[in-house]
This record gives sequence, structure tokens and C-alpha cells, in this order.
Amino acid sequence: MTTMNKLLVRLHNVVKHFDISGGFLDRISFTQGRPCLRSTTVKAINSVSLDIFQGEILSIVGESGCGKSTLGRTILGLYPPTSGEIYFQDTRVDNLSSDAWLPFRRQMQMVFQDPYASLNPRMTVRQILEEPVRFHFPELKTPEVRDKVSEVMLQVGVDPAWAGRFPHEFSGGQRQRISIARALMVDPMFIVADEPISALDVSIQAQILNLIMDCQERFGLTYMFITHDLSVVEHISTRVAVMYLGTLCELANKEQLYQEPLHPYSRALLSAIPKLGITNFDHIRLKGEVPTPINLPSGCVFHTRCPYTNKRCQQEMPTLLTASNGTMVACHGVEEGRI
Amino acid sequence: MAQHPLLQVQDLVVKFRLRFGDLTALNGINFTLAPGERMGLVGESGAGKSVAGFSIINLISKPGFIASGRVLFEGEEISSYPLEHMRDIRGNRISMIFQDPMMTLNPVLTIGTQMVETILAHSKVSTAHAREIALEKLAKVYISSPGKRLGQYPHELSGGMRQRVVIAISLLTNPSLIIADEPTTALDVTIQAEVMALLLELCKNERMGLILITHDLGVVSQVTEKIAVMYAGRIVEQGPTKNIITSPKHPYTQGLIKALPQAENTGRRLYQIPGMMPNLTSIPPGCAFHPRCDQAMPMCRDHTPVLCTLEPGLTQVACHLYGTSKEKA
Repeated sequence: MTTMNKLLVRLHNVVKHFDISGGFLDRISFTQGRPCLRSTTVKAINSVSLDIFQGEILSIVGESGCGKSTLGRTILGLYPPTSGEIYFQDTRVDNLSSDAWLPFRRQMQMVFQDPYASLNPRMTVRQILEEPVRFHFPELKTPEVRDKVSEVMLQVGVDPAWAGRFPHEFSGGQRQRISIARALMVDPMFIVADEPISALDVSIQAQILNLIMDCQERFGLTYMFITHDLSVVEHISTRVAVMYLGTLCELANKEQLYQEPLHPYSRALLSAIPKLGITNFDHIRLKGEVPTPINLPSGCVFHTRCPYTNKRCQQEMPTLLTASNGTMVACHGVEEGRI
Repeated sequence: MAQHPLLQVQDLVVKFRLRFGDLTALNGINFTLAPGERMGLVGESGAGKSVAGFSIINLISKPGFIASGRVLFEGEEISSYPLEHMRDIRGNRISMIFQDPMMTLNPVLTIGTQMVETILAHSKVSTAHAREIALEKLAKVYISSPGKRLGQYPHELSGGMRQRVVIAISLLTNPSLIIADEPTTALDVTIQAEVMALLLELCKNERMGLILITHDLGVVSQVTEKIAVMYAGRIVEQGPTKNIITSPKHPYTQGLIKALPQAENTGRRLYQIPGMMPNLTSIPPGCAFHPRCDQAMPMCRDHTPVLCTLEPGLTQVACHLYGTSKEKA
């Protein structure tokens, strides 16, 4: 925990909008009889600022469509951000050319949700695991690469004797171990894990969670863990960021968030976790549906569903402020002390 | 009718005929559901829980077939009904809710058409009256402006709303049993809580029986009164929800519960059940769980344990650890 305070990744006002207007003909529309070009953008991430410290597991939670996967992919440079800055160990990475990106790609790896879709079915496990090493370390000789493959396969609990097999010969849990092995092959510092366990069964989930925690301990890895499973978040994370409609609502230490969630959305989300032995439903019911990210609500994006909305919430966008217990929260109600 | 249980499943065996021989997906399961009772069917993928749900209304399609055993619904043996007769039961007295609402609803028909179609298939009413029933049921599942929804297509609704429409459709004929196969797996936590609370409320108000098929023990413990835990085509433990959650008896159930991240074990390593669910083509002899069981004894390899009652009215468990098991060749 001593390395905790060293900054690894810093996001500053990161915005990611997707233009979904389509081609020229799709964009033509008529207003008052005159043709004009209309553009439609999905506002996936709106000005997110976030620090990720070395050695921590930062979980990003939120409902589908809140932009949590987009955020992970933007950090890794899979999507260029529309605006804002991303720093990795004090180097700005979001505006790098693809050649300049290369050394950072080795440091930052990703584990995807579906181990059935993320492994090439026509490559053997050995080929899958060798490819990133050969690409990033071209100076290594074949025996060294082979040794590395065996070493990492042992670490993730897959028998190296199976390296000649194809992904379809493995079960879901084994495949997810192989995707984690692929990320570990190049000795990264930072791993974005995008829902790595949601496609797996309960008993297999436990195995993969244990593996993720073991790797963190053994290699001092830093994770950004994207999930919608809140009991898993409580189990493994150091800090938790709650997202709603592309905006960061609350960023807190895990203990603080689970004991005393401040943002009304975090409260509703946490109250909905199904728990063993609790037989009644006393979750906070939110009214209405999540608005579309094409037409974001004015002011606080949550105001259309928030039980504490007032006029200020409808007009003014709240900023992330530090509350009395050290939690960062973006809510006028909390700031004014009325929630 | 009151003296009959709502549903009795007796020694049900379902097999799939494959090229290399028959594959047993359900190996003699037994359970009884009282009117208005809610039961959870829990297990990992491949345990046979969906097959169990499907076989109740004989929805097993070729190459699968019910090899032996009976399903009694309100005292009638529906497992031997011919197809035409079965149509009066399916979707009428027993409804089914599937996992993915986008797959269940027809994307090219409006919600209204699909609902009216269901009513007209089962009862002789006018289309106008059918629309009224549809409106009433949509209101019952808390869908805002139901009149407008009838004219909309499934893609115009959100995931949670679609699943509520599916529930409304299952309610159209006032069934006495609903089989819900992973109804919230495709939904977000907040919506899952809403859909589950709705199902619970409807079952209580209308005194409907519910069979909830899921792998999520948290959801099951909130909604059901009893649980049956399945492993490799058999029920290994069943009993009241409270007893199973607080003091599970079978090593598999114990493992499932210990593997869940909970407040008490935060940050520590989770218990992991070694190995994985056997393939149905190669179920180990004896107790199917013995290769993964940390308390396996020599007899577990040779003898299949049968469900035995530990205390009357409470948990039944199929495990040699509890000694009372009779041997079965």
C-alpha cells in the first residue's frame, strides 16, 4: 500500500462523442421547407476527470449505456477522445502518433468481457500468447518466447501442455484465464478489465476474481475494473467510480461508498443489490427511464429521475467536489447539505 | 381442485438422442409446488435447470424426449397430453417468461398485436375486448401510458420495459403457474430489482405459483419460498429458502454460497469449487459431484446418493455425508 499514492493514469476533462449522423443523404432534413444538414452525436463521455493510482483496483460501475466501457477504451487509445487530456505516468498519451503509442501499449493491456469472442478461434493458445511478445520484444529468441508462454500459463493456472490446443477446446473459465494470460505476456503495469466475469458461472467467477487479485499482489498491477455487478465491486476494489449517462457522479473509497453513498444515484444503485438472506425489496425506485445520450438533460444529467431535484439541478451542471468524508461527489443537493 | 398440489414432478427423466447414444439431461427429478408457492431452481450452466423448466410444459424438442416420469398439473397428468390438448395449458394456465425479451417479442409486430393475438388464441372474445384486457395487464405491470405502448414496436421500448411487456403477456390468460427462465439476467441491477419486485407482487396478489430458474442465489433468496439446487441433471438439495441459504447441507450448495462475494469476506480470496461441471456425456459414476467434493468418501465413487429428508418438512439432501442415504445401484 506504500506505492498507493503514485499517480499512474490521469484523465483531465475527457470527452468522447460519437458522430452517428451517417452519410450525406442520411443527414439531409427539411426545416420549414428548406433543406439543411443535421448531425447527431451520442455523448458517451462528458468531461470526466479521474486519477488512477499505482497498485489500486478502481472499479467503474453504472448501468448499461453509461459510458463505462467507452471510458476504458478511450484510456487505452482504442478510441481517440473528442477533447480532454489523458496522462500515463506524466506523459500525455491521447495525442500521440501510433508509433509513439507503442511503448505505452505494452504498459496498458485489456481483458474483454466475452472470452468466446476475444480469442481468435483459428489460432492455437501458443500463437495467441506468443503474438504480443514477438511484437513488443522482437529481440527475443524463440526458446525464450516459449519459456515466457509456459511461465505465464502456469501463473494463470492453465497447463502449459495444452498450448497447442485451440480456444474452442477450453471451457469459459479457462478461456478467460487465457485472455488474462495474453494481457500479462508483455508485463503490463495497467490492465483495463471490461466485465471480465459477467459471462461466467458463479463458481468460475470466484476463480477468476481470485486470479485477478493474485496478479495484483504478485505483479503490483493496477486495474480499472469495469462491471455492473456491485457485490463483486465491493469484494475487490480499492476505490469505486459511479457513472451515469457519461458523467462521473461519485468517486469514493470502497468502504465509504458502501457505508454511506452520497449521490442519490449511487444510493439507488446500491439499494438494488440482491443480497443473500434479505427477503424484502426496499430498493429506492427511480422514476422513468435513463434518457438517451443523444439529447442529454440540461443541468445535472440525473435530474429527470432524482427524487431531490430542484430548479438549480435543472439548470446548472454540478461539478465533482470533495465532501466532508473525502468522497468526491457531483451533486448540488449534497453540496448544499439538503440531501 | 384445492386438495391437489399445483404441480407435481415425479421421477422425470429427459434424454437427448444423439449419434453416439442417449444423453441424460434430467436424471429423475422430483418436486411439488403448492398453489401460490414460489420455488427457485438454482445451478450452474449445464445443470439441467432450463431443461427442467421446459419439460414441465413439454417444450422439449427433438432430439430430446421425456424418457420416463410424470408431470401432474392440478392433478392432471399433462406429460402424456397430446399436442392439441397441451396448447390449452401452455401460455394459458402455465406461462413462461424467457431470458431475453428482445428474442421473445416479435420485432415486426406491435406490442398490441402480440398481446391481442395471445388472448384470441386462448379465449373467444372480441378484438375490442382483448385490447381492453391487454391495457389492463399493461397497467398492472406499471407501464406508463399503456394505450400508446400498444401501438409501439419492441425496439421502441427499453430493456426493462420490454421484460415488463413480456410479463404482461404471460399474465393475459390469468395463469396459475409462471415459469421464469433467467428473467433478469439480461437486465441492469436497478431494473432487475424492479422486475423481480413486480413478479413477487403479482405472484402474491394473484396467488400464482412461480418457478424461477436462475443462477443468482441473491435473487432467489429475495423472491422464493423454497429452492431446489441442481447438479448434473439431478436435484442435490431442496428445502425452504431460509434454511438453504443459512445452513446449506450439500457440499455443492455450500461451495456455491461460499463462492459469492459478500460483505464478510471482502478483499479476501473467495472459496473456489475445484474443477468444473462435468459434461453430460461423461457424468462421473456414483455421486456426480465427488471429483470436485472436498469431503468425498470412497463410497461416493460407487453409489449414487438419493434425496433424503433430514428433518421432516425441511431440507432434503442427496449426499452420503448425512448417512441416511439408501443405496441405489
